[in-house]
Amino acid sequence: MSDILVSEQSAPGPGGSGRPSGRLLEVDDLRVEFRTRDGVAKVINGVTYHVDAGETLAVLGESGSGKSVTAQTIMGILDTPPGFVTGGQVRFHGKDMLGMSAEERRRIRGEGIAMIFQDALSALNPVFTVGFQIAEQFRVRRGMGRAEAKKRAIEMLDQVKIPNAKGRFNNYPHQFSGGMRQRAMIAMSLALDPEVLIADEPTTALDVTVQAQIMDLLAELQRERQMGMILITHDLGVVADVADRIAVMYAGRIVEEADVYDLYAKPAHPYTIGLIDSIPRLDEKGQQLRTIKGLPPNLMNIPPGCPFNPRCPMAQPVCREKVPPLLQVGTARASACHFAEELVNRV
Amino acid sequence: MGRYLLRRLLQLVPVFIGTTFLIYWLVWAVPGDPFAGKCGERRCPDQYIAFMTEKYHLDQNVFVQYGNYMKNLLQGDFGQTFSQRDIGDIIATAYPNTLKLALVALVIEAVIGLGAGVLTGLRRNGFLDNLVLISTLFLIALPVFVVGFVLQWLLGVQWQIIKPTVSSEMRWSELIVPGFVLGSASVAYIARVARTSIAENRRADYVRTAIAKGLPMRRVVGVHLLRNSLIPVVTLLGTDLGALMGGAIVTEGIFGINGIGRAVYRAIVTKESATVVGIVVVLVLVYLVMNLVVDLLYAALDPRIRYE
Repeated sequence: MSDILVSEQSAPGPGGSGRPSGRLLEVDDLRVEFRTRDGVAKVINGVTYHVDAGETLAVLGESGSGKSVTAQTIMGILDTPPGFVTGGQVRFHGKDMLGMSAEERRRIRGEGIAMIFQDALSALNPVFTVGFQIAEQFRVRRGMGRAEAKKRAIEMLDQVKIPNAKGRFNNYPHQFSGGMRQRAMIAMSLALDPEVLIADEPTTALDVTVQAQIMDLLAELQRERQMGMILITHDLGVVADVADRIAVMYAGRIVEEADVYDLYAKPAHPYTIGLIDSIPRLDEKGQQLRTIKGLPPNLMNIPPGCPFNPRCPMAQPVCREKVPPLLQVGTARASACHFAEELVNRV
Repeated sequence: MGRYLLRRLLQLVPVFIGTTFLIYWLVWAVPGDPFAGKCGERRCPDQYIAFMTEKYHLDQNVFVQYGNYMKNLLQGDFGQTFSQRDIGDIIATAYPNTLKLALVALVIEAVIGLGAGVLTGLRRNGFLDNLVLISTLFLIALPVFVVGFVLQWLLGVQWQIIKPTVSSEMRWSELIVPGFVLGSASVAYIARVARTSIAENRRADYVRTAIAKGLPMRRVVGVHLLRNSLIPVVTLLGTDLGALMGGAIVTEGIFGINGIGRAVYRAIVTKESATVVGIVVVLVLVYLVMNLVVDLLYAALDPRIRYE
């Protein structure tokens, strides 16, 4: 479980360390900015994380923290312009994808790394049947004939537990319920048996009971196929059951990375503490929900020092001057806080 | 699908009756002598007045007249001109020519308009995009007769690439330039609508999904993006066929094409009311049928409409 690599994150040089490490997928000191008419927003400011076969990494953060943009950069679906990668590497099997040709990258998509999106209704093409959209991959990528592709697509629908998969093949996305659509989306992303699955808030658009079903399904499929999974979410509740490790993002940086158990038991960053404290709790019924005061920083003008310092209850003068690097604390975790040691060692 | 089609067909009936009645009423039943000025400069011959009065029941009220006109029309009888020529014949010779011209214009619109729209929609703000934006604005701003005369003079007289007028055989190759002239404004609109539609859908989530599936770019664009972006373009193209046929008067005049535009122009000048009504009734039919085709194409392109 505590298979965490923090040594490499301690001092990544600009442009990434470039060392092959035998990891399945690693993001190394990634930097992305959005060049808009109003100015340059530094959306990703040196993100480093990795995922190996058979494990689930949860990437946690509020809206605008850069978790989705990181995923889009991995997939190569970042909108350029306005988004530009300004540094770092994304290595798949040790090979930097950002330096690959468009055709090489395309071949990795779906087959090496696949992605499911938040809102399956808009992510599925409204004018084609669900079956067509799944079978399409077998036909285009595997060169299968119509009949065989259809058979395989029905198998996929079956695997994601869509009842009457055969009859549902010719349905359009709008004829599916929300949960069904997300299942179809999952079937589509898994069609080519990817090694890594990126799930970008896969349950946010669903109601609570369906959320749990979809998360269970994802966890089950991930286990069965021994995929590496990157689960992007802002919901701490979703994470606890499925993730092995958690990376917490804030203002385009990883501020804390730890084993799930460690992170919940003893968060080593004030932001993580704030996030955990803001989970509604049954034993504190009737009281006001706790929040993290203030707003996330304006990415066009990130405050000097630690980007969290204006909202941090523990902020000291040093926090306004020095950016805390993501450093190893304790055995198998990392935190980007000047006071990480104290937080971990508190009783 | 069957019920959808049936409903749409039934909707055509009141629209057809309403529009044709309006036309009939405007031409024949306005107060005053229905024959005043109907036969050119002269007074209408008595036998013509008697014939028409009997045939169209002009001594009765307008509803009865219209009903009788419709009854004849449904039997394929458009009536006669005052020189006893069958209006049905005039329409039968003129319509195919105009239809041919309009079809050429439509194909040019679809190919050039859609092509330019797709290319510029995918790469906005580039050189090609600006070129298309400026040239389409140019085409929209220029009246058809200017485009027509300029092209006729330039291509037909100065450079002699084409013959200045179209021969009576109406060869397809002869119709390319007149077709472009007729469709010039529409080409510009199609290009602009397609450009906007492509550019909007380019950022749609399902396009991102298609890319994330690792599909080749030409399939992402040609299948996923195009199918969705075509919906507004198809509307424009479909309804345009009717407008093209009605609007062919100028183009047909410039290139000497013996079509519906010239026929209706001649009928208006010589005050042949029955001919005008007949031609316009057929035009209305074309409009209605094309609208139906557009609606059906809609349903074919977007399954969400089929099941409403």
